[in-house]
Amino acid sequence: MTLYWEEEMETLPRVGLESIQLKRLQKLVTRVYETVAPYREKMDASGVKPADIQSLADLAKLPFTVKDDLRDNYPFGLFTVPMDRVVRVHASSGTTGKPTVVGYTKKDIKTWAGLMARALTCAGATSQDMVHNAYGYGLFTGGLGAHYGIERLGATVIPVSGGNTKRQITIMKDFKSTVLMATPSYALNLAETMVGLGVDPQSLALRVGIFGAEPWSENMRDEVERKLNIKAVDIYGLSEIMGPGVAMQCLEGEKGMHVFEDHFLPEIIDPETGEVLPPGEKGELVFTTLTKEAFPLIRYRTKDISRLMYDDCACGRTLVRMEKVTGRTDDMLIIRGVNVFPSQIEHVLMGTEGVEPHYQIVVNREGNMDTMAVEVEVSEDIFSDEVKNLENLSKRIQADIKDMLGVTCKVKLVEHKTIQRSEGKAQRVIDNRKL
Amino acid sequence: MKVEQIAVFLENKSGRLAEITATLAAEHINIRALSVADTADFGILRLIVDNVEKAKAALKSNGFTVGITNVVAVEVADKTGGLAGVLKTIEEEQLNVEYMYAFVNKTGENAVLIFRFDAMDKAIEALQRTGYTLLSGKEICAL
Repeated sequence: MTLYWEEEMETLPRVGLESIQLKRLQKLVTRVYETVAPYREKMDASGVKPADIQSLADLAKLPFTVKDDLRDNYPFGLFTVPMDRVVRVHASSGTTGKPTVVGYTKKDIKTWAGLMARALTCAGATSQDMVHNAYGYGLFTGGLGAHYGIERLGATVIPVSGGNTKRQITIMKDFKSTVLMATPSYALNLAETMVGLGVDPQSLALRVGIFGAEPWSENMRDEVERKLNIKAVDIYGLSEIMGPGVAMQCLEGEKGMHVFEDHFLPEIIDPETGEVLPPGEKGELVFTTLTKEAFPLIRYRTKDISRLMYDDCACGRTLVRMEKVTGRTDDMLIIRGVNVFPSQIEHVLMGTEGVEPHYQIVVNREGNMDTMAVEVEVSEDIFSDEVKNLENLSKRIQADIKDMLGVTCKVKLVEHKTIQRSEGKAQRVIDNRKL
Repeated sequence: MKVEQIAVFLENKSGRLAEITATLAAEHINIRALSVADTADFGILRLIVDNVEKAKAALKSNGFTVGITNVVAVEVADKTGGLAGVLKTIEEEQLNVEYMYAFVNKTGENAVLIFRFDAMDKAIEALQRTGYTLLSGKEICAL
Protein backbone atom coordinates (compact mmCIF):
# COMPACT_ATOMS: atom_id res chain seq x y z
CA MET A 1 0.00 0.00 0.00
CA THR A 2 1.33 3.39 -0.93
CA LEU A 3 1.92 5.81 1.88
CA TYR A 4 1.23 9.47 1.27
CA TRP A 5 2.11 12.49 3.34
CA GLU A 6 -0.57 14.77 1.84
CA GLU A 7 -2.73 12.39 -0.10
CA GLU A 8 -5.12 15.00 -1.47
CA MET A 9 -2.43 17.18 -3.06
CA GLU A 10 -0.36 14.24 -4.25
CA THR A 11 -3.25 12.56 -6.05
CA LEU A 12 -5.23 15.54 -7.40
CA PRO A 13 -6.66 15.09 -10.89
CA ARG A 14 -4.74 17.27 -13.33
CA VAL A 15 -7.61 19.73 -13.91
CA GLY A 16 -7.83 20.47 -10.21
CA LEU A 17 -4.08 20.74 -9.90
CA GLU A 18 -3.80 23.16 -12.81
CA SER A 19 -6.48 25.40 -11.40
CA ILE A 20 -4.55 25.63 -8.12
CA GLN A 21 -1.34 26.27 -10.02
CA LEU A 22 -2.89 29.09 -12.08
CA LYS A 23 -4.31 30.85 -9.03
CA ARG A 24 -0.97 30.63 -7.24
CA LEU A 25 0.93 31.78 -10.33
CA GLN A 26 -1.26 34.84 -10.84
CA LYS A 27 -0.88 35.85 -7.21
CA LEU A 28 2.89 35.36 -7.38
CA VAL A 29 3.40 37.35 -10.59
CA THR A 30 1.37 40.24 -9.23
CA ARG A 31 3.32 40.21 -5.98
CA VAL A 32 6.80 40.16 -7.51
CA TYR A 33 5.84 42.80 -10.09
CA GLU A 34 4.72 45.09 -7.31
CA THR A 35 7.52 44.47 -4.85
CA VAL A 36 10.74 43.65 -6.73
CA ALA A 37 12.17 46.28 -9.06
CA PRO A 38 14.41 43.94 -11.10
CA TYR A 39 11.41 41.69 -11.93
CA ARG A 40 9.26 44.71 -12.82
CA GLU A 41 11.96 46.11 -15.09
CA LYS A 42 12.40 42.79 -16.88
CA MET A 43 8.67 42.31 -17.36
CA ASP A 44 8.22 45.86 -18.60
CA ALA A 45 11.08 45.36 -21.05
CA SER A 46 9.33 42.28 -22.46
CA GLY A 47 5.98 44.12 -22.51
CA VAL A 48 4.15 41.76 -20.20
CA LYS A 49 1.91 42.72 -17.26
CA PRO A 50 0.62 40.50 -14.42
CA ALA A 51 -2.89 40.74 -15.93
CA ASP A 52 -1.61 39.00 -19.08
CA ILE A 53 -1.34 35.70 -17.19
CA GLN A 54 -4.74 34.18 -17.95
CA SER A 55 -3.73 30.54 -18.34
CA LEU A 56 -0.77 28.35 -17.47
CA ALA A 57 0.35 28.59 -21.11
CA ASP A 58 0.79 32.35 -20.59
CA LEU A 59 3.75 31.50 -18.36
CA ALA A 60 5.83 31.39 -21.54
CA LYS A 61 5.29 35.15 -21.95
CA LEU A 62 7.33 35.86 -18.83
CA PRO A 63 11.07 36.44 -19.03
CA PHE A 64 13.47 33.84 -17.65
CA THR A 65 15.46 34.29 -14.48
CA VAL A 66 19.06 33.08 -14.63
CA LYS A 67 21.87 32.63 -12.14
CA ASP A 68 23.40 35.97 -13.20
CA ASP A 69 20.23 37.76 -12.11
CA LEU A 70 20.82 36.33 -8.66
CA ARG A 71 24.47 37.41 -8.69
CA ASP A 72 23.61 40.89 -9.96
CA ASN A 73 21.27 41.36 -7.03
CA TYR A 74 23.67 39.86 -4.46
CA PRO A 75 22.98 39.29 -1.66
CA PHE A 76 19.32 40.05 -0.94
CA GLY A 77 18.13 42.11 -3.93
CA LEU A 78 15.51 39.63 -5.15
CA PHE A 79 13.90 38.98 -1.77
CA THR A 80 10.25 40.02 -1.78
CA VAL A 81 9.77 40.49 1.96
CA PRO A 82 11.48 42.82 4.46
CA MET A 83 14.50 41.24 6.14
CA ASP A 84 12.74 41.08 9.50
CA ARG A 85 10.50 38.39 8.04
CA VAL A 86 13.46 36.35 6.77
CA VAL A 87 14.35 33.72 9.36
CA ARG A 88 17.08 31.87 7.47
CA VAL A 89 19.46 32.23 4.55
CA HIS A 90 21.39 29.62 2.62
CA ALA A 91 24.00 30.16 -0.08
CA SER A 92 25.41 28.14 -2.94
CA SER A 93 29.09 27.29 -3.02
CA GLY A 94 29.87 29.95 -5.62
CA THR A 95 32.79 28.17 -7.25
CA THR A 96 32.42 30.48 -10.23
CA GLY A 97 32.10 33.94 -8.74
CA LYS A 98 29.93 35.28 -5.94
CA PRO A 99 27.72 32.83 -4.10
CA THR A 100 23.99 33.01 -4.68
CA VAL A 101 21.99 33.70 -1.56
CA VAL A 102 18.49 32.47 -0.86
CA GLY A 103 16.13 33.38 1.99
CA TYR A 104 13.18 31.81 3.80
CA THR A 105 10.34 33.14 5.93
CA LYS A 106 8.95 31.14 8.83
CA LYS A 107 6.24 29.85 6.52
CA ASP A 108 8.79 28.91 3.82
CA ILE A 109 10.69 26.78 6.33
CA LYS A 110 7.44 25.10 7.32
CA THR A 111 6.51 24.43 3.68
CA TRP A 112 9.98 23.05 2.98
CA ALA A 113 9.88 20.71 6.00
CA GLY A 114 6.48 19.48 4.83
CA LEU A 115 7.75 18.81 1.31
CA MET A 116 10.81 16.99 2.63
CA ALA A 117 8.51 14.87 4.82
CA ARG A 118 6.50 14.18 1.67
CA ALA A 119 9.71 13.16 -0.12
CA LEU A 120 10.79 10.87 2.72
CA THR A 121 7.35 9.24 2.72
CA CYS A 122 7.72 8.68 -1.04
CA ALA A 123 10.83 6.63 -0.23
CA GLY A 124 8.89 4.57 2.30
CA ALA A 125 10.26 6.29 5.41
CA THR A 126 8.02 6.61 8.47
CA SER A 127 8.26 7.92 12.03
CA GLN A 128 9.82 4.55 12.92
CA ASP A 129 12.96 5.27 10.94
CA MET A 130 16.46 6.26 12.03
CA VAL A 131 17.66 8.64 9.32
CA HIS A 132 21.39 9.05 8.79
CA ASN A 133 21.65 12.52 7.29
CA ALA A 134 25.09 12.79 5.66
CA TYR A 135 24.30 15.86 3.59
CA GLY A 136 26.53 18.74 4.63
CA TYR A 137 25.12 21.05 7.28
CA GLY A 138 25.72 24.75 6.84
CA LEU A 139 25.13 27.20 4.04
CA PHE A 140 24.40 24.26 1.71
CA THR A 141 20.66 23.51 1.72
CA GLY A 142 21.11 19.72 1.80
CA GLY A 143 21.81 19.11 5.48
CA LEU A 144 19.34 21.43 7.18
CA GLY A 145 16.70 20.96 4.49
CA ALA A 146 16.63 17.22 5.03
CA HIS A 147 16.96 17.66 8.78
CA TYR A 148 13.74 19.65 9.24
CA GLY A 149 11.85 17.24 7.01
CA ILE A 150 13.00 14.21 8.98
CA GLU A 151 11.88 15.86 12.23
CA ARG A 152 8.59 16.86 10.64
CA LEU A 153 8.03 13.25 9.61
CA GLY A 154 8.63 12.25 13.21
CA ALA A 155 11.54 9.99 12.38
CA THR A 156 14.81 10.21 14.32
CA VAL A 157 17.44 12.34 12.63
CA ILE A 158 21.15 11.67 13.04
CA PRO A 159 22.67 15.01 12.00
CA VAL A 160 25.99 13.45 11.05
CA SER A 161 26.73 15.84 8.14
CA GLY A 162 29.56 15.13 5.66
CA GLY A 163 33.09 13.87 6.34
CA ASN A 164 34.73 11.77 9.08
CA THR A 165 33.71 8.67 7.16
CA LYS A 166 34.97 6.05 9.62
CA ARG A 167 32.99 7.56 12.45
CA GLN A 168 29.91 7.64 10.22
CA ILE A 169 30.16 3.90 9.79
CA THR A 170 30.46 3.30 13.52
CA ILE A 171 27.39 5.45 14.07
CA MET A 172 25.51 3.68 11.30
CA LYS A 173 26.28 0.36 12.93
CA ASP A 174 25.66 1.32 16.56
CA PHE A 175 22.58 3.53 16.02
CA LYS A 176 21.12 1.11 13.46
CA SER A 177 20.47 3.74 10.78
CA THR A 178 17.72 2.59 8.43
CA VAL A 179 17.68 5.42 5.90
CA LEU A 180 20.77 7.07 4.42
CA MET A 181 20.70 10.53 2.90
CA ALA A 182 23.85 11.57 1.04
CA THR A 183 25.28 12.42 -2.34
CA PRO A 184 25.66 9.23 -4.40
CA SER A 185 29.42 9.67 -4.65
CA TYR A 186 29.67 9.94 -0.88
CA ALA A 187 27.54 6.80 -0.51
CA LEU A 188 30.17 4.95 -2.56
CA ASN A 189 32.91 6.40 -0.41
CA LEU A 190 31.06 5.02 2.63
CA ALA A 191 30.72 1.61 0.97
CA GLU A 192 34.41 1.49 0.15
CA THR A 193 35.42 2.56 3.64
CA MET A 194 33.20 -0.19 5.09
CA VAL A 195 35.09 -2.78 3.08
CA GLY A 196 38.37 -1.34 4.37
CA LEU A 197 37.11 -1.57 7.95
CA GLY A 198 35.77 -5.08 7.46
CA VAL A 199 32.17 -3.99 8.04
CA ASP A 200 29.70 -6.07 6.05
CA PRO A 201 26.92 -3.84 4.63
CA GLN A 202 24.58 -6.83 4.99
CA SER A 203 25.00 -6.59 8.76
CA LEU A 204 23.66 -3.01 8.83
CA ALA A 205 20.04 -2.02 9.30
CA LEU A 206 20.11 0.25 6.21
CA ARG A 207 17.11 -0.26 3.97
CA VAL A 208 16.92 2.67 1.63
CA GLY A 209 19.15 5.51 0.46
CA ILE A 210 17.90 8.91 -0.68
CA PHE A 211 20.53 10.33 -2.98
CA GLY A 212 20.78 13.64 -4.76
CA ALA A 213 22.67 16.92 -5.26
CA GLU A 214 24.75 15.66 -8.19
CA PRO A 215 24.01 13.93 -11.51
CA TRP A 216 24.50 10.15 -11.45
CA SER A 217 23.86 7.37 -13.92
CA GLU A 218 21.55 4.34 -13.71
CA ASN A 219 24.57 2.04 -13.62
CA MET A 220 25.89 4.00 -10.66
CA ARG A 221 22.54 3.45 -8.96
CA ASP A 222 22.92 -0.32 -9.48
CA GLU A 223 26.41 -0.13 -8.04
CA VAL A 224 25.27 1.75 -4.92
CA GLU A 225 22.38 -0.67 -4.41
CA ARG A 226 24.64 -3.67 -4.75
CA LYS A 227 27.47 -2.36 -2.59
CA LEU A 228 25.30 -1.10 0.26
CA ASN A 229 22.56 -3.72 -0.10
CA ILE A 230 19.82 -1.08 -0.16
CA LYS A 231 17.23 0.41 -2.48
CA ALA A 232 18.58 3.69 -3.88
CA VAL A 233 16.12 6.44 -4.79
CA ASP A 234 16.62 9.83 -6.30
CA ILE A 235 15.77 13.19 -4.75
CA TYR A 236 15.93 16.44 -6.64
CA GLY A 237 16.26 20.00 -5.56
CA LEU A 238 18.36 23.11 -5.87
CA SER A 239 18.91 25.88 -3.40
CA GLU A 240 17.53 28.59 -5.69
CA ILE A 241 14.16 26.85 -5.87
CA MET A 242 14.14 25.69 -2.24
CA GLY A 243 16.68 22.95 -1.65
CA PRO A 244 16.12 19.20 -1.63
CA GLY A 245 12.46 18.19 -1.87
CA VAL A 246 11.48 19.76 -5.19
CA ALA A 247 10.95 16.32 -6.75
CA MET A 248 11.23 12.80 -5.43
CA GLN A 249 11.28 9.27 -6.78
CA CYS A 250 8.67 6.94 -5.35
CA LEU A 251 9.28 3.30 -4.47
CA GLU A 252 6.56 1.97 -6.74
CA GLY A 253 7.30 3.82 -9.97
CA GLU A 254 10.06 2.53 -12.17
CA LYS A 255 11.96 5.66 -13.05
CA GLY A 256 11.71 9.39 -12.57
CA MET A 257 10.83 11.71 -9.71
CA HIS A 258 7.45 13.23 -8.90
CA VAL A 259 7.68 17.01 -9.08
CA PHE A 260 5.82 18.62 -6.22
CA GLU A 261 3.81 20.61 -8.73
CA ASP A 262 1.47 22.22 -6.25
CA HIS A 263 4.54 24.23 -5.17
CA PHE A 264 6.84 24.21 -8.19
CA LEU A 265 5.76 24.62 -11.78
CA PRO A 266 8.12 22.83 -14.18
CA GLU A 267 8.78 23.52 -17.86
CA ILE A 268 11.23 22.01 -20.33
CA ILE A 269 12.83 24.40 -22.78
CA ASP A 270 15.28 24.25 -25.62
CA PRO A 271 18.44 25.61 -23.96
CA GLU A 272 19.54 27.27 -27.22
CA THR A 273 16.32 29.07 -28.24
CA GLY A 274 14.42 29.26 -24.95
CA GLU A 275 11.31 27.78 -26.64
CA VAL A 276 9.06 25.61 -24.47
CA LEU A 277 9.28 22.01 -25.70
CA PRO A 278 6.30 19.64 -26.03
CA PRO A 279 5.66 17.15 -23.18
CA GLY A 280 8.08 14.25 -23.16
CA GLU A 281 10.92 16.02 -24.93
CA LYS A 282 14.31 16.38 -23.36
CA GLY A 283 15.68 19.83 -22.60
CA GLU A 284 16.57 22.27 -19.84
CA LEU A 285 14.43 22.20 -16.76
CA VAL A 286 12.85 25.52 -15.73
CA PHE A 287 11.00 26.11 -12.46
CA THR A 288 8.62 28.72 -11.15
CA THR A 289 8.03 28.64 -7.39
CA LEU A 290 4.32 28.95 -6.60
CA THR A 291 4.24 29.30 -2.83
CA LYS A 292 7.57 30.68 -1.68
CA GLU A 293 7.39 33.96 0.23
CA ALA A 294 10.89 35.32 0.81
CA PHE A 295 12.56 34.34 -2.41
CA PRO A 296 10.21 33.30 -5.18
CA LEU A 297 11.60 32.72 -8.63
CA ILE A 298 9.87 33.02 -11.97
CA ARG A 299 11.00 30.73 -14.77
CA TYR A 300 14.36 29.97 -13.24
CA ARG A 301 16.69 28.16 -15.62
CA THR A 302 18.21 25.28 -13.65
CA LYS A 303 20.71 24.18 -16.36
CA ASP A 304 19.68 20.61 -15.47
CA ILE A 305 18.73 18.40 -18.38
CA SER A 306 15.63 16.27 -18.01
CA ARG A 307 12.20 15.59 -19.48
CA LEU A 308 8.70 15.46 -18.04
CA MET A 309 6.61 12.28 -18.08
CA TYR A 310 2.84 12.64 -17.70
CA ASP A 311 1.89 8.96 -17.83
CA ASP A 312 0.31 7.27 -14.80
CA CYS A 313 2.50 6.06 -11.98
CA ALA A 314 1.98 2.84 -10.06
CA CYS A 315 2.08 4.75 -6.77
CA GLY A 316 -1.10 6.62 -7.60
CA ARG A 317 0.47 10.07 -7.40
CA THR A 318 -0.75 12.29 -10.23
CA LEU A 319 2.23 14.63 -9.96
CA VAL A 320 4.28 14.69 -13.16
CA ARG A 321 7.57 12.81 -13.09
CA MET A 322 10.86 14.29 -14.22
CA GLU A 323 13.50 12.00 -15.61
CA LYS A 324 16.66 11.48 -13.59
CA VAL A 325 19.00 14.39 -14.26
CA THR A 326 22.00 12.94 -16.02
CA GLY A 327 23.69 16.15 -17.02
CA ARG A 328 23.75 19.91 -16.85
CA THR A 329 23.99 22.35 -19.70
CA ASP A 330 27.10 23.69 -17.98
CA ASP A 331 28.85 20.39 -17.22
CA MET A 332 28.45 19.42 -20.81
CA LEU A 333 31.87 19.23 -22.36
CA ILE A 334 32.29 19.98 -26.01
CA ILE A 335 35.09 17.75 -27.25
CA ARG A 336 36.02 18.35 -30.87
CA GLY A 337 32.47 19.55 -31.49
CA VAL A 338 30.73 16.63 -29.79
CA ASN A 339 28.59 17.11 -26.70
CA VAL A 340 29.80 14.91 -23.88
CA PHE A 341 28.23 14.54 -20.45
CA PRO A 342 30.31 13.02 -17.64
CA SER A 343 27.35 10.81 -16.76
CA GLN A 344 27.54 9.13 -20.19
CA ILE A 345 31.13 8.17 -19.52
CA GLU A 346 30.15 7.02 -16.05
CA HIS A 347 27.50 4.81 -17.63
CA VAL A 348 30.11 3.08 -19.80
CA LEU A 349 32.52 2.63 -16.90
CA MET A 350 29.91 1.26 -14.52
CA GLY A 351 28.84 -1.15 -17.24
CA THR A 352 32.36 -2.57 -17.43
CA GLU A 353 32.84 -5.48 -15.10
CA GLY A 354 35.16 -4.86 -12.18
CA VAL A 355 35.63 -1.14 -12.81
CA GLU A 356 35.29 0.92 -9.65
CA PRO A 357 32.97 3.93 -9.57
CA HIS A 358 35.86 6.33 -9.15
CA TYR A 359 36.90 8.14 -12.28
CA GLN A 360 37.97 11.50 -13.55
CA ILE A 361 37.83 13.11 -16.95
CA VAL A 362 40.77 15.27 -17.91
CA VAL A 363 40.41 17.56 -20.89
CA ASN A 364 43.34 19.29 -22.53
CA ARG A 365 43.99 21.24 -25.68
CA GLU A 366 47.05 20.15 -27.62
CA GLY A 367 47.64 22.54 -30.48
CA ASN A 368 44.15 23.02 -31.86
CA MET A 369 42.93 19.61 -30.79
CA ASP A 370 40.89 18.80 -27.72
CA THR A 371 41.98 15.66 -25.98
CA MET A 372 40.02 13.78 -23.40
CA ALA A 373 41.54 11.29 -21.01
CA VAL A 374 39.42 9.14 -18.74
CA GLU A 375 41.28 8.06 -15.63
CA VAL A 376 40.15 4.73 -14.24
CA GLU A 377 41.43 3.14 -11.07
CA VAL A 378 42.88 -0.34 -11.21
CA SER A 379 41.21 -2.38 -8.49
CA GLU A 380 42.17 -5.93 -7.55
CA ASP A 381 39.24 -7.16 -9.61
CA ILE A 382 40.64 -5.87 -12.87
CA PHE A 383 44.35 -6.03 -12.14
CA SER A 384 46.37 -8.60 -14.01
CA ASP A 385 50.06 -9.43 -14.03
CA GLU A 386 49.94 -9.47 -17.81
CA VAL A 387 50.25 -6.21 -19.71
CA LYS A 388 48.01 -7.35 -22.53
CA ASN A 389 45.04 -7.92 -20.22
CA LEU A 390 45.23 -4.39 -18.85
CA GLU A 391 45.74 -2.96 -22.31
CA ASN A 392 42.73 -4.89 -23.58
CA LEU A 393 40.65 -3.47 -20.76
CA SER A 394 41.54 0.11 -21.58
CA LYS A 395 40.98 -0.55 -25.28
CA ARG A 396 37.56 -2.00 -24.57
CA ILE A 397 36.50 1.01 -22.47
CA GLN A 398 37.86 3.30 -25.15
CA ALA A 399 35.84 1.48 -27.83
CA ASP A 400 32.66 1.58 -25.73
CA ILE A 401 33.02 5.31 -25.17
CA LYS A 402 33.64 5.81 -28.86
CA ASP A 403 30.51 3.78 -29.64
CA MET A 404 28.40 5.76 -27.23
CA LEU A 405 29.68 9.26 -27.86
CA GLY A 406 31.49 9.13 -31.17
CA VAL A 407 34.56 10.62 -29.52
CA THR A 408 37.96 9.01 -29.22
CA CYS A 409 39.44 9.34 -25.79
CA LYS A 410 42.42 7.97 -24.01
CA VAL A 411 41.83 5.64 -21.10
CA LYS A 412 44.48 5.96 -18.47
CA LEU A 413 44.76 3.31 -15.78
CA VAL A 414 45.77 4.79 -12.46
CA GLU A 415 46.58 3.33 -9.07
CA HIS A 416 43.85 2.45 -6.61
CA LYS A 417 42.61 5.28 -4.39
CA THR A 418 44.52 7.97 -6.23
CA ILE A 419 41.39 9.70 -7.47
CA GLN A 420 40.08 11.95 -4.75
CA ARG A 421 37.12 10.54 -2.84
CA SER A 422 33.99 12.61 -2.55
CA GLU A 423 32.84 14.02 0.77
CA GLY A 424 29.96 15.78 -0.93
CA LYS A 425 29.85 16.57 -4.58
CA ALA A 426 32.38 14.62 -6.63
CA GLN A 427 34.65 16.48 -9.00
CA ARG A 428 34.47 14.49 -12.20
CA VAL A 429 35.99 16.84 -14.73
CA ILE A 430 39.29 18.66 -14.90
CA ASP A 431 39.19 20.94 -17.89
CA ASN A 432 42.63 22.38 -18.57
CA ARG A 433 41.63 24.13 -21.78
CA LYS A 434 41.97 27.88 -21.69
CA LEU A 435 38.97 28.77 -23.80
CA MET B 1 55.13 -27.42 -9.25
CA LYS B 2 54.19 -23.75 -9.15
CA VAL B 3 55.66 -20.77 -7.39
CA GLU B 4 53.59 -17.87 -6.10
CA GLN B 5 54.55 -14.51 -7.53
CA ILE B 6 53.38 -11.10 -6.38
CA ALA B 7 52.39 -8.56 -9.01
CA VAL B 8 51.91 -4.87 -8.24
CA PHE B 9 50.30 -2.21 -10.40
CA LEU B 10 52.45 0.88 -10.83
CA GLU B 11 51.67 4.18 -12.43
CA ASN B 12 54.61 5.75 -14.19
CA LYS B 13 55.40 8.20 -11.43
CA SER B 14 58.73 8.79 -9.81
CA GLY B 15 59.33 7.15 -6.47
CA ARG B 16 56.75 4.37 -6.70
CA LEU B 17 59.28 1.55 -7.00
CA ALA B 18 61.25 2.99 -4.12
CA GLU B 19 58.10 3.01 -1.97
CA ILE B 20 57.46 -0.64 -2.68
CA THR B 21 60.98 -1.73 -1.82
CA ALA B 22 60.94 0.41 1.33
CA THR B 23 57.64 -1.15 2.38
CA LEU B 24 59.04 -4.65 1.93
CA ALA B 25 62.29 -3.77 3.69
CA ALA B 26 60.39 -2.45 6.70
CA GLU B 27 58.67 -5.84 6.98
CA HIS B 28 61.99 -7.69 6.58
CA ILE B 29 60.83 -9.31 3.37
CA ASN B 30 63.56 -10.43 1.03
CA ILE B 31 63.17 -10.09 -2.74
CA ARG B 32 64.63 -13.09 -4.59
CA ALA B 33 63.84 -12.00 -8.14
CA LEU B 34 61.94 -9.26 -9.90
CA SER B 35 60.99 -7.90 -13.25
CA VAL B 36 59.12 -4.81 -14.44
CA ALA B 37 56.89 -4.78 -17.50
CA ASP B 38 56.32 -1.25 -18.63
CA THR B 39 54.08 0.58 -21.05
CA ALA B 40 53.80 4.32 -21.71
CA ASP B 41 51.39 4.83 -18.81
CA PHE B 42 51.84 2.08 -16.31
CA GLY B 43 54.04 -0.76 -15.24
CA ILE B 44 53.60 -4.13 -13.62
CA LEU B 45 56.16 -5.14 -11.06
CA ARG B 46 56.53 -8.88 -10.53
CA LEU B 47 58.31 -10.19 -7.48
CA ILE B 48 59.38 -13.49 -6.00
CA VAL B 49 59.72 -12.97 -2.25
CA ASP B 50 60.39 -15.12 0.77
CA ASN B 51 57.00 -14.42 2.41
CA VAL B 52 54.20 -13.96 -0.07
CA GLU B 53 51.30 -13.45 2.36
CA LYS B 54 53.18 -10.94 4.49
CA ALA B 55 54.36 -9.04 1.42
CA LYS B 56 50.84 -8.90 0.01
CA ALA B 57 49.38 -7.62 3.27
CA ALA B 58 52.09 -4.98 3.68
CA LEU B 59 51.71 -3.69 0.13
CA LYS B 60 47.92 -3.67 0.30
CA SER B 61 47.87 -1.73 3.53
CA ASN B 62 50.12 0.82 1.85
CA GLY B 63 47.53 1.30 -0.86
CA PHE B 64 49.01 -0.77 -3.66
CA THR B 65 46.93 -2.97 -5.92
CA VAL B 66 48.39 -6.43 -5.57
CA GLY B 67 47.72 -9.74 -7.25
CA ILE B 68 49.15 -13.21 -6.76
CA THR B 69 49.79 -15.43 -9.76
CA ASN B 70 51.46 -18.77 -10.23
CA VAL B 71 54.66 -19.06 -12.21
CA VAL B 72 57.11 -21.86 -12.91
CA ALA B 73 60.74 -21.75 -11.79
CA VAL B 74 63.11 -23.89 -13.86
CA GLU B 75 66.66 -24.48 -12.72
CA VAL B 76 69.20 -24.90 -15.48
CA ALA B 77 72.97 -24.98 -15.57
CA ASP B 78 74.35 -21.49 -16.18
CA LYS B 79 75.95 -22.24 -19.52
CA THR B 80 75.36 -21.65 -23.21
CA GLY B 81 72.10 -23.10 -24.49
CA GLY B 82 70.46 -23.43 -21.07
CA LEU B 83 67.46 -21.24 -21.92
CA ALA B 84 67.33 -22.43 -25.51
CA GLY B 85 66.77 -25.99 -24.34
CA VAL B 86 63.81 -25.05 -22.18
CA LEU B 87 62.24 -22.98 -24.94
CA LYS B 88 62.65 -25.83 -27.40
CA THR B 89 60.58 -28.09 -25.16
CA ILE B 90 57.91 -25.40 -24.88
CA GLU B 91 57.84 -24.85 -28.63
CA GLU B 92 57.49 -28.56 -29.33
CA GLU B 93 54.39 -28.60 -27.12
CA GLN B 94 53.06 -25.55 -29.01
CA LEU B 95 52.84 -23.53 -25.81
CA ASN B 96 53.39 -19.79 -25.43
CA VAL B 97 55.46 -17.81 -22.96
CA GLU B 98 53.45 -14.85 -21.59
CA TYR B 99 56.54 -13.45 -19.91
CA MET B 100 59.76 -14.59 -18.30
CA TYR B 101 62.72 -13.36 -16.29
CA ALA B 102 65.77 -14.97 -14.79
CA PHE B 103 68.41 -14.77 -12.08
CA VAL B 104 71.59 -16.64 -11.24
CA ASN B 105 71.85 -18.34 -7.87
CA LYS B 106 74.47 -17.44 -5.30
CA THR B 107 77.00 -20.09 -6.22
CA GLY B 108 76.83 -18.94 -9.84
CA GLU B 109 76.53 -22.49 -11.12
CA ASN B 110 72.86 -22.51 -11.95
CA ALA B 111 70.38 -20.04 -13.40
CA VAL B 112 66.73 -19.91 -12.37
CA LEU B 113 64.24 -19.11 -15.10
CA ILE B 114 60.82 -17.79 -14.04
CA PHE B 115 58.05 -18.40 -16.58
CA ARG B 116 54.41 -17.62 -17.04
CA PHE B 117 52.91 -19.81 -19.77
CA ASP B 118 49.52 -19.61 -21.43
CA ALA B 119 48.84 -23.20 -20.31
CA MET B 120 50.68 -23.68 -17.05
CA ASP B 121 49.84 -27.31 -16.26
CA LYS B 122 50.74 -28.55 -19.73
CA ALA B 123 54.03 -26.70 -19.57
CA ILE B 124 54.89 -28.14 -16.16
CA GLU B 125 54.09 -31.62 -17.35
CA ALA B 126 56.24 -31.20 -20.49
CA LEU B 127 59.19 -29.77 -18.57
CA GLN B 128 59.11 -32.51 -15.97
CA ARG B 129 58.83 -35.16 -18.65
CA THR B 130 61.91 -33.71 -20.37
CA GLY B 131 63.80 -33.96 -17.11
CA TYR B 132 64.03 -30.33 -16.03
CA THR B 133 64.26 -29.44 -12.36
CA LEU B 134 61.39 -27.27 -11.19
CA LEU B 135 61.82 -25.39 -7.95
CA SER B 136 59.24 -24.66 -5.24
CA GLY B 137 58.93 -21.26 -3.60
CA LYS B 138 60.74 -22.61 -0.55
CA GLU B 139 63.61 -23.93 -2.64
CA ILE B 140 64.05 -20.59 -4.39
CA CYS B 141 64.29 -18.81 -1.08
CA ALA B 142 66.80 -21.33 0.19
CA LEU B 143 69.12 -20.83 -2.78
